[in-house]
Amino acid sequence: MSKMITTEAKLFLREPGGLIFAILLPLVLLIGLGNVIPGLREASPDMGGQRGIDNYFPAMMTILSVVTMALTVLPGTLAAYREAGVLRRMSTTPVSPIRVLVAQLVNNLAVAVIATTLLVVLGNLFLDVPVPKNPLPFVGVFLLGTASLFAVGLLIAAVAPNAKAAPAIGSLLMFPLMFVAGMWFPREFMPDLLQRIGDFLPLAPFGQALRDTWAGGAPQTLNLVVMAATLLLFGGLAARLFRWQ
Amino acid sequence: MKVIEVDSLRKRYRDRLAVDDVSFTVEEGEIFGVLGPNGAGKTTTVECVAGLRTPDSGTVRVLGGLHRDALKEKLGVQLQSSALPEKIKVWEALDLYASFYSKPADWNALLERVGLADKRDARYGKLSGGQQQRLSIALALVGDPEVAILDELTTGLDPQARRDTWDLIEQVRADGVTIVLVTHFMEEAERLCDRIALIDSGRVVAVDSPAGLISRVDRQQTVRFRPSGPFDDAVLKALPEVTGVHGGGGRVEVTGSGNLLLAVTTALAAAGVVPADLRVEQANLDDAFLALTGKKITNGDAR
Repeated sequence: MSKMITTEAKLFLREPGGLIFAILLPLVLLIGLGNVIPGLREASPDMGGQRGIDNYFPAMMTILSVVTMALTVLPGTLAAYREAGVLRRMSTTPVSPIRVLVAQLVNNLAVAVIATTLLVVLGNLFLDVPVPKNPLPFVGVFLLGTASLFAVGLLIAAVAPNAKAAPAIGSLLMFPLMFVAGMWFPREFMPDLLQRIGDFLPLAPFGQALRDTWAGGAPQTLNLVVMAATLLLFGGLAARLFRWQ
Repeated sequence: MKVIEVDSLRKRYRDRLAVDDVSFTVEEGEIFGVLGPNGAGKTTTVECVAGLRTPDSGTVRVLGGLHRDALKEKLGVQLQSSALPEKIKVWEALDLYASFYSKPADWNALLERVGLADKRDARYGKLSGGQQQRLSIALALVGDPEVAILDELTTGLDPQARRDTWDLIEQVRADGVTIVLVTHFMEEAERLCDRIALIDSGRVVAVDSPAGLISRVDRQQTVRFRPSGPFDDAVLKALPEVTGVHGGGGRVEVTGSGNLLLAVTTALAAAGVVPADLRVEQANLDDAFLALTGKKITNGDAR
């Protein structure tokens, strides 16, 4: 299994496109916009006296990184493997192609962890972003949210008709999900209905729970329930519908 | 010893019957051909043998009845339309696939054997078609199998790459690996296979050696030549081997059977005639397939 993971990791590094989007883009946005937009560094009464840079903006950059991996890189790679016959080839050996899937999940998770760590550390160094004040729940929320988005990505890989369609479907889903999650402006400024819709979609609860634990609070139960339900529902469907060839 | 026994195999996909009734046995150490046009059910048949599909009815016994992982340890498979990631290096692919087996072959030696030692660090996507096929054969052999199934191995290769691949297959058989070769190339089957199962529309039409299959068709031969001077047809027509003599435009065409060539040249020599551009045409597998199925295979498709 370790050879499978290291091989997939090497292949991963040879396709740097995904890494750039998942690691560099959120980091550059955080440091760049954090410095350029003064509003982000001023306490906002609408956000409970918090500064945008305190947890809203870094949490959004974290979910940007994870959602990029989960909805475009992961399904794109798996659908391409299926289309080229990589999974079919492996099914002729004593080893199940499930291992490719596991190796992919491990590597994608590793990238998300690296990206998030860099966001926390560099944000703290360059912008005085406080590190998450409730670290263990923060890590738990991070893992649950990442897993739930990977489940969505696996379902995309399962149903995509071909290798090109998979990342396209992912991108198409990404933008509305990011919008209601507050990627372009905080959810506090959205109409109630939009906030309510967001509560029941895969991405917004993840962003909200990261913000809450970043600020030192506890995650909201509803957010956790929606993430867990997403994981079970989409993961279950993906397991049922996934085709190896 | 029989390494593969297929009995009354039947497999239906949603909208069509892929394999109707297929039976054959493969003996240890032979190169066994599964020959037929596209869509005849060849690939489905070998996928059932390899344990990748479950037949609707009929039985498959491989190496005395191995199943699942135990089967896959001993059976190397190279399938049509199965590839590797574009950016994986040759050595990485072999190293990775070797790790899937409990007793793998030495993949460095295998790399030499398939002639890819100098491509060790090349990426899969940068290899030529022939090199990709040779790597694919190496991957089918990296588990040190007793049986290897090679499906449409030389489709899309240029003639030189095709001949190199044939040499490689003969070497592999010389090492004691039983080979099941799936192909629609008559020439390939005739050149490589000890025995062939001729498959058409999901059924086995015949199982025999290439020579045996060819001998089933009308044994008519044709000898063509340009005579050095005029001569009387009767010297040839009188021969028991000859059934017909036709001439025109300075060329003569003699049809017949048995040792036709020797009879004709001897009679010509006695008559003082020297045959130039002498050609003999004998039946080949194409003719056998045509005679047995009423179809001709062109570029893999039956017409």
